[in-house]
Amino acid sequence: MLGPQVSAPAVAHAFRTGTPMDSLTSKLPPLGQLGPFIALVIACAVFGATTERFFSGENFSLILQQVMVVGVIAIGQTLIILTAGIDLSCGMVMALGSIVMTKVAADLGLPAPLAVLCGIGVTALFGLVNGLLVTRIKLPPFIVTLGTFNIAFAITQLYSNAQTVTEVPEMMTWLGNTFSLAGTNVAYGTVLMIVLYLGTWFWLRETAAGRHVYAVGNNPEATRLVGIPTERVLLGVYVLAGVFYGIASLLAVSRTGVGDPNAGQTENLDAITAVVLGGTSLFGGRGVILGTLIGAVVVGVLRNGLTLMGVSSVYQVLITGILVILAVAIDQLSRKGGR
Amino acid sequence: MRFIPAALTAAALCALAAAAHAQAQPVIGLITKTETNPFFVKMKEGAAEAAKARGAKLLSGAGKTDGDNAGQVTAMENMIAAGAKTILITPSDSKAIVPAIRKAREKGVLVIALDSPTDPADATDALFATDNYQAGVLIGQYARAALAGKPAKIVTLDLFPGHPVGAQRHNGFLKGFGLVAPDAKSNELGKTPEVVCMADSFGDRAKGQTAMENCLQKAPDVNLVYTINEPAAAGAYNALKKAGKEKNVTIVSVDGGCQGIQDVGAGVIAATSQQYPLKMAAMGVEAGVEYAKTGKKPSGYTDTGVTLIAAKPMPGVDSKDVKTGAELCWGRK
Amino acid sequence: MATAKTVLQGRGIVKRYGNVTALDGADFELRAGEILAVIGDNGAGKSSLIKALSGATVPDAGEILLDGRPVQFRTPMDARRAGIECCYQDLAVAPAMTIAENLFLGRELRRPGLAGSALRMLDKKRMLEIAIQRMADLKVGIRSMTQAVETLSGGQRQCVAVARAAAFAEHVVILDEPTAALGVKEGNMVLELIRRVRDKGLAVILISHNMPHVFDIADRIHVARLGRRAAVLDPRKISMSDTVAVMTGAMAPEHIPAECLAH
Repeated sequence: MLGPQVSAPAVAHAFRTGTPMDSLTSKLPPLGQLGPFIALVIACAVFGATTERFFSGENFSLILQQVMVVGVIAIGQTLIILTAGIDLSCGMVMALGSIVMTKVAADLGLPAPLAVLCGIGVTALFGLVNGLLVTRIKLPPFIVTLGTFNIAFAITQLYSNAQTVTEVPEMMTWLGNTFSLAGTNVAYGTVLMIVLYLGTWFWLRETAAGRHVYAVGNNPEATRLVGIPTERVLLGVYVLAGVFYGIASLLAVSRTGVGDPNAGQTENLDAITAVVLGGTSLFGGRGVILGTLIGAVVVGVLRNGLTLMGVSSVYQVLITGILVILAVAIDQLSRKGGR
Repeated sequence: MRFIPAALTAAALCALAAAAHAQAQPVIGLITKTETNPFFVKMKEGAAEAAKARGAKLLSGAGKTDGDNAGQVTAMENMIAAGAKTILITPSDSKAIVPAIRKAREKGVLVIALDSPTDPADATDALFATDNYQAGVLIGQYARAALAGKPAKIVTLDLFPGHPVGAQRHNGFLKGFGLVAPDAKSNELGKTPEVVCMADSFGDRAKGQTAMENCLQKAPDVNLVYTINEPAAAGAYNALKKAGKEKNVTIVSVDGGCQGIQDVGAGVIAATSQQYPLKMAAMGVEAGVEYAKTGKKPSGYTDTGVTLIAAKPMPGVDSKDVKTGAELCWGRK
Repeated sequence: MATAKTVLQGRGIVKRYGNVTALDGADFELRAGEILAVIGDNGAGKSSLIKALSGATVPDAGEILLDGRPVQFRTPMDARRAGIECCYQDLAVAPAMTIAENLFLGRELRRPGLAGSALRMLDKKRMLEIAIQRMADLKVGIRSMTQAVETLSGGQRQCVAVARAAAFAEHVVILDEPTAALGVKEGNMVLELIRRVRDKGLAVILISHNMPHVFDIADRIHVARLGRRAAVLDPRKISMSDTVAVMTGAMAPEHIPAECLAH
């Protein structure tokens, strides 16, 4: 053999990386993941200090109820963004779901559980349509969901005749009811939201299917080459997101007590904001779902706290915008050897 | 055989005459903020009826969402290209639409704002709108009478910062209640010590509920809630009901949609100022036909009227009952 | 030198893409325990040949034999199941995921019992152990298997990709341009690793444009030209310039001196 011989110890030396300090900092979660939590703590501290009623069980329970619809939508949005996609139709699909389930119960007299399943079925169907357009026709998710956003809105308005559905069976609003926990009234819906987050977190971390979602977002070519059915993973993510939107529809109905065809107009951007604030990268493949929950809660805390302080809501929008930029900047900077 | 050239000439002359007649038919364009809001649906219905009655042709269009200025600009350009000599518009963005309106007026097109003014208001030839300030004053007067001398703890659920209609209704309410308030020209939301919390509802039911919940946390002893419109009022009622406070709080609102009138009848809303989109549109069509026929343009601001609807009349305040309100309401009955 | 057992063999492979004939009756022979370099100009058919052998494409005619038995690969998974692993030029790693995760990407191990079957939980501990072990076997000295692949240098990443292929292969490892885009030191690091893979008993197919590297580690050199096998050369006997001449067609196969041919 020609060429210089390279000895084994020399090769091993070339691999040795870093100092003892590196191994310590590598044990901490990256700044992108701690960030939203830090922001939440700071916000709570400020509001707790400047207002009387912020730090109370009742207030926190309220905030969780206020964010539970966007919170559950954001679970689906997180999954889609993890695959480097995006879903602009999520809010409208949620509104469609709530109209379907309330009208089907009011007009056709279906029992509440069946009506709810119909609503979730419709939202899952929209997820399927989004997924098929992305995987089979290979259209960019932004364009696809922009289209389905409009279609869902139109169907909602036509089917509901632009009228709010007020005849809602009591069982359907059960998630809005509260039970007493350590002296505070906690809504069942908020418990459901937290359970869904924990379940999705477990699925993403501990199962192969969940890890494949990350892999597809991080390098779809690689997943194809190692034999992972990339198209099937993507399709599954969009359908699963549709199911989450359907659950959010039920939460919206149980919170407001009606099926509102004008709901969901800003929920798409609200959900994306929660995902970004939570540290998930819009480029896909990186992020922790619990961060999204924190992101959603941060927005609710800001809104609640600023109202309690008597500050104009314009500042809520300003602060949210600044936090979003910070979140994205930290995500970019804290990754060694970026993309 | 010799008839053919004559027949052809006659046919051609007839076609020309028909075209000329069609040219004479006034073409009026109506551009609303969105296609689907029942308020604008009613407006479109009113305009279509008036157009049919006066032999005018109505083109209609809208933006995609509230705030979609570009969509309205496009609709305006298309309508003018299609021959519209009058444009009736409910501006989504009162400032951003002005350049497009100026261009249209330079072409000799009559532009009338409906429901809310442009900024500046004289960018259009005329304005047919509800006096939103007056709408606020009426419910403010009612609320004062309803409170019967009790010290007021007021929560206002507004639209969002900077919107002229939101400011006018809010300030009118304060004025009508007897408090110091900015005048009708101001875009700032007035505040007095009686106002214990102000929050934005975006005119949305769910967001109104959230806003009311947060204000309840700040001021649990609220007894009067002003809301920008009836969906926000419904959301506020929901929040109050969950807190068990709905019996002690008076809610007032503006709009007079059929759903809102139902809520007045159900005791959710104590009083609402009803406005008349149909009248705005009909008057707009009339003006358009007049302009096409005589070249006369309307000018200035014309109040299309607002009526206080309340289930329980209050002494010293003029109001109409729920039945009347239901007859005159807009939206699906 | 006694000829070793033939591990992978291709006879008369034909592959057409529309009007273009990429493989025109190509032959191929890979022996156990050797590093066979496959070289050829662009369009010579070397990637088509490799795709046919790794199951990425299905040949139109000809046969492939593995350990003497005819095999049909319809998908890359078929080839993998038969013990042939490919390491692609773009590495096929997910940069944000750890080395251990990337090693097991697509073949994750599940926990035993109910946790694995009902909850479908991954056995991360075992996968990490195996990753450490396999890397140690190949003397790849990366400190932590739990660091993200994107924190590694280009050469280290390449080693991870090569080691992944070697970890799961039973018979053959195919390496596509493994030292391209690497500097001298890192390139040599990868070559060392490839030698160790061969020493573990796997046969290695190395596709490369880098002549010095080819001459450094190949046992035999398969020259592809015009969709067929032009010659198999002995790098110890033939010069680099003559090899290039055979590759470009400047030197016809029949003019190659007999001692330069590999047997």
